[in-house]
Amino acid sequence: MTRWRSEVLLEVKDLQVFYGRIQAIRGISFSVAEGEIVTLIGANGAGKTTTMKTMSGVRPVAAGSVRFDGKDITKMASHKRVELGIGQAPEGRGIFPGMTVRENLDMGMYLRKDRKSGAAAADLERVLILFPRLRERINQAGGSMSGGEQQMLAIARALMGRPRLLLLDEPSMGLAPMLINQIFRIISEINAQGTTVLLVEQNAAKALKIATRAYVLESGEIVKTGKGSDLLNDSAVRDAYLGGK
Amino acid sequence: MNATPSGDTTPKTVNKITELLGATRRRKGLGIGEKWNALPKQARICIALVAVALLYLLPWINPPIIRTEDTDFASLLAGTVVPYVLVALGLNVVVGMAGLLDLGYVGFFAVGAYSVGVLTSKHASLPWFLAMFIAIAISMVFGAILGAPTLRLRGDYLAIVTLGFGEIIRLSAQNFGWLGASEGISSIKRPPSIGPLKFTVLENKGYWVFGLSLILLTVFLISLLETSRVGRAWTAIREDEDAAELMGVPTFKFKLWAFAIGAAVGGLAGAFYAGKLNTIYPRDFEVQKSILFLAAVVLGGLGNRWGAILGGFLVAYLPERFRFVSDKRYFFFGLVLMIMMIFRPQGLLPRRLGRGRAKGIDIRKHRAGEDEDDLGVVRSSGRG
Repeated sequence: MTRWRSEVLLEVKDLQVFYGRIQAIRGISFSVAEGEIVTLIGANGAGKTTTMKTMSGVRPVAAGSVRFDGKDITKMASHKRVELGIGQAPEGRGIFPGMTVRENLDMGMYLRKDRKSGAAAADLERVLILFPRLRERINQAGGSMSGGEQQMLAIARALMGRPRLLLLDEPSMGLAPMLINQIFRIISEINAQGTTVLLVEQNAAKALKIATRAYVLESGEIVKTGKGSDLLNDSAVRDAYLGGK
Repeated sequence: MNATPSGDTTPKTVNKITELLGATRRRKGLGIGEKWNALPKQARICIALVAVALLYLLPWINPPIIRTEDTDFASLLAGTVVPYVLVALGLNVVVGMAGLLDLGYVGFFAVGAYSVGVLTSKHASLPWFLAMFIAIAISMVFGAILGAPTLRLRGDYLAIVTLGFGEIIRLSAQNFGWLGASEGISSIKRPPSIGPLKFTVLENKGYWVFGLSLILLTVFLISLLETSRVGRAWTAIREDEDAAELMGVPTFKFKLWAFAIGAAVGGLAGAFYAGKLNTIYPRDFEVQKSILFLAAVVLGGLGNRWGAILGGFLVAYLPERFRFVSDKRYFFFGLVLMIMMIFRPQGLLPRRLGRGRAKGIDIRKHRAGEDEDDLGVVRSSGRG
């Protein structure tokens, strides 16, 4: 379904993360190759969002390593990771509520030197084609939009930085079913256009459908891994996460 | 929305009050800023020049109604208005633009004043202007020293730490003999005459001209910052610090810059104050000053430099103008602040949505699809 290339873009080894004395992540290893959509699925409190925060550098790592494009970024500050090409649409959207949609998108290009160029305008056009809703609301305050629109804005804003790897944390959270389908379709589209995606989701069925590969996270450990389509048919996964018997 | 066409829907009194507070200024979504930008360039330059000239001449014109009856107007302008406006401008960078709540800002004001005191009177006899520049630099260093360990804290925690900082500075001044202890520092130098500008006890007009020039220069420099990458970074940090970091903004660095620049302006205000009053005491730098400074910025409009100027002016001016109500004046002042926060929480001159500034509080109305021309009295609950 998606191109499979062997270059590993993100490589995580024996990662351990603590909140105070509580261990949230108990030595997980996973990788994302260029061009893939990799998803981490799991129940509430499995450690999905913690893993994501570690990838973006918001949470410190206790042990283990994170490499991006061959470079050790385990202890690198968040804003430096953005320079390397890791873009993120954080959980709970995290848009700038008092800025307009346009200003939000502009902030997505904060590190780009070519903000006034044709390339930047073309990128703006590209995300507005992906998210037509944002074009309608371009001069509206980000915080005044609905949850789904804010989610779209967060993804669009991350795309404006031209990331090599896009981190998406629960993009479907709190959205209406119609919108969920739309968001997942757009994620596939973004991936088809050449952006590698690491997706954390509670909505396992939808995530597995678009994922190249998937990891199942349980209490801070990876208990299962495989191709998205294989896991979708795995009986244990079906029972635990897809609500089917 | 010019007069009171909506008087039938809103209680009359409420309308009156909001009108008094200038809340009905907006008309069909056109704020002062939009109207201003719609004027041709020549007209804008002419108006600006005339306004600036009038401001410079204020103590000579000594306009009726505006002038203070019980205090010398020029002395009020030079000795109180200038320091307050400068302080409000500096604090606006920290609180309004970068969104860092600083309750100890008087500390930087004190550092600036004491630097000039120490360097021109207590322990050295440097030329006044040299001392002023050193005072700015020292204040900036203090801003960085306070900021480096504390800017990892957020919101309330940062506010408490800065509150402590302000007190430490005052108590140090109070207790170190080297800083004059409770006697303070006296016979601080005045700035030397520059051409026709004289700085003496009786000659306040010189101070006003000098002080107003400092204000204009500060406004100019701050607006350069505001429209630059630095300004965008500050806006992003104020809006959502984590999201700013994820956009690649080195948030810590820019917060530190906001602190240092704010401190430098506060130090400049203190230096000017010391050069004007010639005697400073630790009790000039109490916590309540920090609160008044903050009130000035909030009253004027957080994040809008013109608002900060207006707020600083009003906080310095109103208590003197209404001196005839004597000890009740702070009661009225408090009352005005409360009414303001209920009916116009975004301040007299709020920052606007678009072009780099945003009116965060107005969000709800856009959602309802309304225009932004009405009062928004409902808004008082703030944003969720």
